[in-house]
Amino acid sequence: MPDPLPTDSVGIVTPQTLHFDTPITLACNRTLESYDLVVETYGRLNEDASNAVLICHALSGHHHAAGYHSKEDRKPGWWDSCIGPGKPIDTNRFFVVSLNNLGGCHGSTGPGSTNPQTGQPYGPDFPVITVRDWVHSQALLADRLGIKCWAAVVGGSLGGMQALQWSLDYPDRLRHAVVIASTPRLSAQNIAFNEVARQAITSDREFHEGRYYEYNTLPRRGLMLARMVGHITYLSDASMGEKFGRELRDQAYKFGFDAEFQVESYLRYQGERFSESFDANTYMLMTKALDYFDPAYEHDNDLAKALRGARCEFLVLSFSTDWRFTPARSEELVNAMISARCKVSYAEIDAPWGHDAFLIPTPRYTAIFEAYMDRIAREAGA
Amino acid sequence: MRTDLKIIEQWIKPGSHVLDLGCGDGTLLDYLQQEKQATGFGLEINQEHITTCVGRGVSVIEQNLDTQGLGNFEDHTFDTVLMTQALQAVRRPDMVLDEMMRVGREGIVTFPNFAYWKLRWYLMRRGRMPESETLPYKWYNTPNIHLCTFKDFEALCYRKGFRILTRTVVDGEHQDRWLSRLWPNMLGQIAIYRITREGS
Repeated sequence: MPDPLPTDSVGIVTPQTLHFDTPITLACNRTLESYDLVVETYGRLNEDASNAVLICHALSGHHHAAGYHSKEDRKPGWWDSCIGPGKPIDTNRFFVVSLNNLGGCHGSTGPGSTNPQTGQPYGPDFPVITVRDWVHSQALLADRLGIKCWAAVVGGSLGGMQALQWSLDYPDRLRHAVVIASTPRLSAQNIAFNEVARQAITSDREFHEGRYYEYNTLPRRGLMLARMVGHITYLSDASMGEKFGRELRDQAYKFGFDAEFQVESYLRYQGERFSESFDANTYMLMTKALDYFDPAYEHDNDLAKALRGARCEFLVLSFSTDWRFTPARSEELVNAMISARCKVSYAEIDAPWGHDAFLIPTPRYTAIFEAYMDRIAREAGA
Repeated sequence: MRTDLKIIEQWIKPGSHVLDLGCGDGTLLDYLQQEKQATGFGLEINQEHITTCVGRGVSVIEQNLDTQGLGNFEDHTFDTVLMTQALQAVRRPDMVLDEMMRVGREGIVTFPNFAYWKLRWYLMRRGRMPESETLPYKWYNTPNIHLCTFKDFEALCYRKGFRILTRTVVDGEHQDRWLSRLWPNMLGQIAIYRITREGS
């Protein structure tokens, strides 16, 4: 944590674990008898509970979106650039709720949690979770926190899908949905990348069909590969080029197969670090949730039809160099919203960092996000 | 509010669904939403304008008419499609008009009159491309690549079978002057046309 603390930081935050006893039935028709959700909140809920904002995390995200857990923390939460006093999601005005989704590996009930029926970790027996299930559990969380209607549900990438799902499943429980760098459904190419990631994990000998906890080991190699291929899709050719180019770690070619290019060692490092801190079964689940997400599916593949029930207003943002979820995918979503007569604003932000751009503040991104959130705050009387 | 917007505003029925092509900072749509319970969208490419729209609660879509057209809007979606001071700046004004009449029941178009006497006089006296307070550009850097006269526009409408419902001629300050009503193509600076498809 920097000393002194920047004035636009939420400072030190403490996550809390909320236990839910009422069984939740999931899209796969299985039931979790009870579960925990780990939550962080920033700012204060106003009297009429009209200033609450839900942050939905992406594939490898979690509840720790802003601030620091301790003075020793080197890095703040994953979306600290956008959440804090005076930032687009202004914690002086909003009550911000950020959770670790079901199936996660940062404290909420997931494959690493103990299955009460066996006394062993769930592992592969943990039910496959969908975006709709997450939204369902988030609605129960809102009930618990006394929030009838969110001022906004906000998310990037897989988080944006949750914001979109909210508008369909609980149209009266949010006033705005902010859908950033997202898509109304994955393309075959997107699914293909996810499949490579899953194959990398399952083909690791240490995976033990998902029961690696019982063998006291981790499928590090597989998860590392999965992350490496994922990571490539988060960056753009240009941003990788700028960051690494063809730079070598040493001066000359060694005519071997070690990591010689900087980009190789970067990917290895990122993959290795990730494989130590993330759960492989959770990664499998999250990629599957991505693959299954398709709100148009139940409406004759007509997205506009699906959106006809939505009542909130939307802000949709895309990034020019995002080739994972391209601007065209956001436009597909926006066009369906137009056709369904939703209130929607859309902008394509020029940014060189590919899909990751949604985590990196740039003047235009910040300005438009801030303008929208400011208006939401004014509406909420915050 | 600009005088031309005040004139246009009177032509929008309460509760209308409106599309504003080149909506700028959203002043008109904001007004129509508040005072006429109108709904709809603005299209814009200027980044600052888009941010202003978003901040004031005007639905704005970043979309370039020249490269993207209006293909993402279904037929007969809007009661009124507006285009103020942008017709002369698009690559194919005739096709934009076609699209306006496809997606909307009525169209409202404003543009500067290139046959205005001062511009004629400028060209005659100096032999150079006219510059004025409404057209403050050089020929090589002007965004106005398809300037036309009122007569040109009306001829195009006639050819396409669009009916002109109303034509109001105003000066550079968007004031309605009796003189410009007398001989619009010579004395009018800016026209505000309300058009519809023939038979509708």
